[in-house]
Amino acid sequence: MRKSEVIEATVRVLREAETSLPPWVQTLIEQAFELETNQVARSQLQLILQNIHIAQSESLPMCQDTGLLIFNLQKGRDLDIDFDLRDAIAEGVRRATLEVPLRPNVVDPLSRKNSGDNTGVMLPDLIVDEVYGDGLRITAFPKGAGSENMSLVGMLNPADDPFDFILQKIAERAANACPPLFLGIGIGGTFDLAARLAKRALFNMPGSSEQELDLLRKINSLGIGPMGLGGDITALGVRIKKASCHTASLPVAINFQCWAHRCASKVVR
Amino acid sequence: MEHKLKMPLSVQDIESLHVGDVVFLCGTLFTARDKAHALLKSKGSPVELKGAALYHCGPLIRGQKVISAGPTTSGRMDRYTHFILDLGVRAIIGKGGLPGKPFRGRAVYLAYPGGCGAVAAKQLKIREVHLKELGMAEALWEFEALDLGPMVVAIDSHGGDLYEEVRRSIENKPKPTKC
Repeated sequence: MRKSEVIEATVRVLREAETSLPPWVQTLIEQAFELETNQVARSQLQLILQNIHIAQSESLPMCQDTGLLIFNLQKGRDLDIDFDLRDAIAEGVRRATLEVPLRPNVVDPLSRKNSGDNTGVMLPDLIVDEVYGDGLRITAFPKGAGSENMSLVGMLNPADDPFDFILQKIAERAANACPPLFLGIGIGGTFDLAARLAKRALFNMPGSSEQELDLLRKINSLGIGPMGLGGDITALGVRIKKASCHTASLPVAINFQCWAHRCASKVVR
Repeated sequence: MEHKLKMPLSVQDIESLHVGDVVFLCGTLFTARDKAHALLKSKGSPVELKGAALYHCGPLIRGQKVISAGPTTSGRMDRYTHFILDLGVRAIIGKGGLPGKPFRGRAVYLAYPGGCGAVAAKQLKIREVHLKELGMAEALWEFEALDLGPMVVAIDSHGGDLYEEVRRSIENKPKPTKC
């Protein structure tokens, strides 16, 4: 595997993720438009669908917030590479910033100085899994700040009800996160493990367990609606991931994702 | 009700708007987000904002072309609302809403659907860029709006507030039962 192949694949998955939604996401938004009964809410969903169409047909970023760039790398155990994978992905990010183009979003957290190319300390964020085989699957998940800013970790008491907590936080925060939403929920583990589980839950959307569908139904019964202006459809998908935790702890993380659940994937061999 | 309004906005324009109405805007408007707001407050505004519409937006620009320019979350700029409306701004455009009280009797909040950057870009042309040193997302862009919309009047000048209606209806619901 050559470094140039990884760089090119990175540019390609970023272009695809920024300009077109996965078909299953678009289908869920179309279904929401069919089901929604509130007129203001319908107008929001209609413009969202129009926006998806324009972005895809003209290869334009659907949202000006082209996000922080998060990648899930599934790296084959037998993969033999003689270059630094992080260097290659970062180079792909720099090129995509110029070519797609992407808005330069990455700043130093204190000086707030912008790097200009969407790379920085520990960014892009690489979440690496080792898998069987000799290939490399690169999946890009651009994450906008509107929904990421609403995300949180709660260190609950074991006697607390995690679902009450989740519903209460969604009721308070959904309007700012560009609903209809996808919600990645991490329950258990530690402070940081819960947050990573919530992020990974977004990678494996949507869930279909009874618990996940019940939570989805309860979120939609809040009546927050698209863009928080009221309506029937507040969320499109919920995924819960669990880890075992300390007998004294109950960490709960909620990672908010706007309707633009952007992701695209490519395998390099 | 649908309104087509031209900039600058008059007091009569604002009074004619009620929550749930749909608005399309034509004429000059200005973008501002976190850094531009802080600078306006500390150093004053480089542009006249009387009767203006202020768009909470950090656009994606290439050369002289607006590529994607949907709204950003208004809540982050909440601390500046009184200051901005005191400058004479009559419409704030954004997503997610703001507390409604400061708008009473003088201004409206218009909700542009979040994430719809590609559509919005087709309705905006660049006139000029102010505070360019803040960078692409944070600069104060002066745009020519060509029927920017549809935007929903989410907070009007008569005390109407769609976000508050949603919050009140959630509070009045019975507590959720266990999942």
